[in-house]
Amino acid sequence: MSKKLLRRAGFLAATLAAGIFAGAQAAQPIKIGSFLSVTGPASFLGDPELKTLEMYVERINEAGGVLGRPLQLIHYDDAGDASAARNFASRLVRSDRVDIIVGGSTTGTTMAAVPLIEQARTPFISLAGAVVITDPVKPWVFKTPQSDRAAAQRVLQDMKDRGITRIGLISGTDGFGRSGREQTLAVAPEMGIEVVADVTYSPSDTDMTAQLTRIRNTPGVQAVFNFGFGQSPAIVTRNYAQLGIDLPFYQSHGVASDRFLELVGRAGEGLRLPASPLLVPDSLPDTDPQKRVVQAYKSAYEQRWNTQVSTFGGYAFDGLMLAVEAIERAGSTDREAVRKALESIQGYVGVTGVFNMSPTDHNGVGPESFRILEVRNGQWHLIQ
Amino acid sequence: MFAEFIQYLFTGITIGATYALVALGFTLIYNASHVINFAQGEFLMIGGMATVSLLGMGFPMPVAIVLAVMLAGIIGVALQRFAIAPAKQADVVTLIIITIGASIFIRGIAQLVWGKEYHVMPNFSSDEPIRLFGAVLNSQSFWVLGIGALLVVALVLFFTRTLMGKAILATSMNKDAARLVGIRTQMVLMLAFMLSALLGSMAGVTVAPITFTAYDIGIMLGLKGFVAAALGGLGSGVGAVVGGLLLGVVEAMTAGYISSDYKDAVAFSMILLVLFFMPRGLFGSRVVERV
Amino acid sequence: MLNSFMQMRLKGLVILAVIILILPLFMSNPFHYDMATQIAIIAATVVGLNLLVGYAGQISLGHAGFFGIGAYFSAVMTSNYDWPPLPTLLLAAALVGVIAWIVGRPILKLKGHYLSMATLAVGFIIAIIINNEGWITGGPDGMPVPSFSVFGWELSSFNQYSFLGMEVNGYKAWYFFAGLLLLLAVWVAQNIIDSPIGRALRSVHGSEVAARVVGVDTARYKSLVFVISAVYASLMGSFYAHFTGFITPHIASFEHSIVLITMVVLGGMASTFGVILGAAVLKLLPQVLADFQELEMMMFGLILMLTMIFMPKGLLPTAQKLLKKKMSRKKVEEQA
Repeated sequence: MSKKLLRRAGFLAATLAAGIFAGAQAAQPIKIGSFLSVTGPASFLGDPELKTLEMYVERINEAGGVLGRPLQLIHYDDAGDASAARNFASRLVRSDRVDIIVGGSTTGTTMAAVPLIEQARTPFISLAGAVVITDPVKPWVFKTPQSDRAAAQRVLQDMKDRGITRIGLISGTDGFGRSGREQTLAVAPEMGIEVVADVTYSPSDTDMTAQLTRIRNTPGVQAVFNFGFGQSPAIVTRNYAQLGIDLPFYQSHGVASDRFLELVGRAGEGLRLPASPLLVPDSLPDTDPQKRVVQAYKSAYEQRWNTQVSTFGGYAFDGLMLAVEAIERAGSTDREAVRKALESIQGYVGVTGVFNMSPTDHNGVGPESFRILEVRNGQWHLIQ
Repeated sequence: MFAEFIQYLFTGITIGATYALVALGFTLIYNASHVINFAQGEFLMIGGMATVSLLGMGFPMPVAIVLAVMLAGIIGVALQRFAIAPAKQADVVTLIIITIGASIFIRGIAQLVWGKEYHVMPNFSSDEPIRLFGAVLNSQSFWVLGIGALLVVALVLFFTRTLMGKAILATSMNKDAARLVGIRTQMVLMLAFMLSALLGSMAGVTVAPITFTAYDIGIMLGLKGFVAAALGGLGSGVGAVVGGLLLGVVEAMTAGYISSDYKDAVAFSMILLVLFFMPRGLFGSRVVERV
Repeated sequence: MLNSFMQMRLKGLVILAVIILILPLFMSNPFHYDMATQIAIIAATVVGLNLLVGYAGQISLGHAGFFGIGAYFSAVMTSNYDWPPLPTLLLAAALVGVIAWIVGRPILKLKGHYLSMATLAVGFIIAIIINNEGWITGGPDGMPVPSFSVFGWELSSFNQYSFLGMEVNGYKAWYFFAGLLLLLAVWVAQNIIDSPIGRALRSVHGSEVAARVVGVDTARYKSLVFVISAVYASLMGSFYAHFTGFITPHIASFEHSIVLITMVVLGGMASTFGVILGAAVLKLLPQVLADFQELEMMMFGLILMLTMIFMPKGLLPTAQKLLKKKMSRKKVEEQA
């Protein structure tokens, strides 16, 4: 009790001080904290995420804020380093005393921050993929991207639909690739698919011909699945084309961006991957509830930043919007109320999918929210 | 079976040639100053990134490459002139930390100027892969190998045939004696930095079509080059070339035949083995300590 | 002479203790304690590393590997096998000591920078193993670590403690504990510097050949110091893991090794208090530069470069020199 009072007093003093410096403000801002990998090896995640957050915080404030209060974005760049992420999370909850956190570009940075954030009892919406973030469920931790397990399920499902039962797997040794590989290996037997070749590459590799040759020479391989992110899958794709392997080729959602198409050029023809509909907004049927949201986000983002939209920015969009929705439902920034509100969000239409949160599911989107896209003539093409 | 082996071998030699050029850069500067130049990888990055951005401005490829390599050379000289030379009384370790600072600084600027994204650079010649003994090779591999070999030959000629090259050799053998016979050691140091910048950036340009290029590509390629130099015995030119090729081939063979998980560990275990059993490195020279 | 030497040493320890005690007056929230605690732990690591770099003149490019073994050994054993933290941490340190001895003994017989190559390789191999053996280490995404406890008494930054009738928050308790660790680390380091090992090493700094001629087994002393510095890293790695509660392979990476060496050189080689300053500066700089966003990396590099160019001896030794100069000038002026 006294501790709570003390914290309140501290908060009051801090905001008072801020008020003096910033001039009298009508309403206290709602503080949205964020730590993202804006630079470093995962910058292709953090960069669009930050751009999205900045842009929509601006927009929401122009439209009058949330609960009549403006939003204030407090952001730090962890450069993909988990220790830095943990320290910035500490700063956010302990020094900046933010009301909610939307951030954590990678699973590593997210998980490093989780113990602190859980303890500080601050709602946290992560933008990272691995299934461990919300399974087992942690009371204060939510996430917007579909889990890597869902991605694996979706890809394997598509393979099964094409009658493929024996596959070669190639994955990165970074966090994303490792976790993706584990999930794929776990899901495959359930779906009646056998992984007959399983090779890896390190993110610093500049040529994966050797690994791919190994897969090619494994008897019985019917398709190849590459679970990885960054530039490595682009190198894999080009080596794949060079070697002239003509088996169906799948990538993961980790490369779902137009940038990837530019990197691989002609080598990408025919490959498939699971992605949010963000890459093909206009091919969605008009009956699809996501169509409007996706189109609006895409055009707003591209107008504001003059660069192509990416799936990863979409995670941040959903994260911010879920946060706003929860705060509005809770009617305050009371943390427990916001947490409860987040848990009860049902049927929320986002860019990534339609979110159905519950006390036992803090992710809210499943494999069905992934669309399977194929590269045709250098363009993403929706497979119905 | 044989096709497989050839495939791994060529893959390894191609990337190994790049490592070798970077390792040579390390060796040049190490010999002239005993400094391990951690900014070596950044020369590679500058080569690739500058070429890509010049191509984007509409320069023809050869012009873009020459300009990019020149830019790297200038930055190499500037690094020596403005960062290494002023700290004259400093320990070697301090100079090494300066190069680390310089590398972060250069990377920071590159990120501002060129952005954080990966960029594509077209092959020098056709995109069509070449088939050889059942192995499939990227045509760019031949450019990497050819230019690498050419640079090594040029370097050998430079050191054995020109006065300037001999001056560098003399300085690396004995600084004081070199100064006594009238060699300006600062000048030599600057030359070493310039040469290693040229080597690094050429490696960066030729390998960029295979690896893509980005502001932070220098970290990993630079490190691999350093490992290659260590493998060959830091300070030996032949060692750098052999170390580079060996590292590339071992990586490819391990990834192909054993497992890619421990591919890097194999290279590092080799360094340990070499240190334990051939402590001067594969090709390191005997050092006689003067009292 | 010796007496004044000892006095100077003691004075340093007292000043450090006073700083640790006074600092809380300037820290207004748990985040500040959080950073201060980490700085103390890393500083203690660097004090150990400084013995190697500053006194034995050898560079380790793999110290983060030893730090990582300490951290992961503690994390894995205490969380998966319920080992008690204190014995685990000591065992990890012993293990690291043995590894360092095996690597250091043959290599340090050679003259030159071979140790840096060997440590580079060892550090990388450790990092690769941690990264690859995900079934036990959690892989690249890292793993959680239980809090530190001795005899059933748990030290967690989230707990509340009463101490002599005072209510103390867990994060404050950790801060003072880490401060104590740092003092201990400094005290041990100073004793080593004053011991026969230290004297032998100082003689090496003069001329290794001369030292060898008069019968000093320089290689043995150098390996000993290498082992000690590795043990420092392992111990502090364990404490770091228990404190932060979550570790990733990054702490064992080459990058982290470079950061540790940079702390030593930036603060001032062979200056125990200098390297503590180096650790604090390098740990705080990213927090200070955080607001510059895009410019952060460039500024970090520039600051590092300029500091080393203009203060090649490191922050503290340069500051001391300036201070001395000023003092002597004052004295001269007073006399005149």
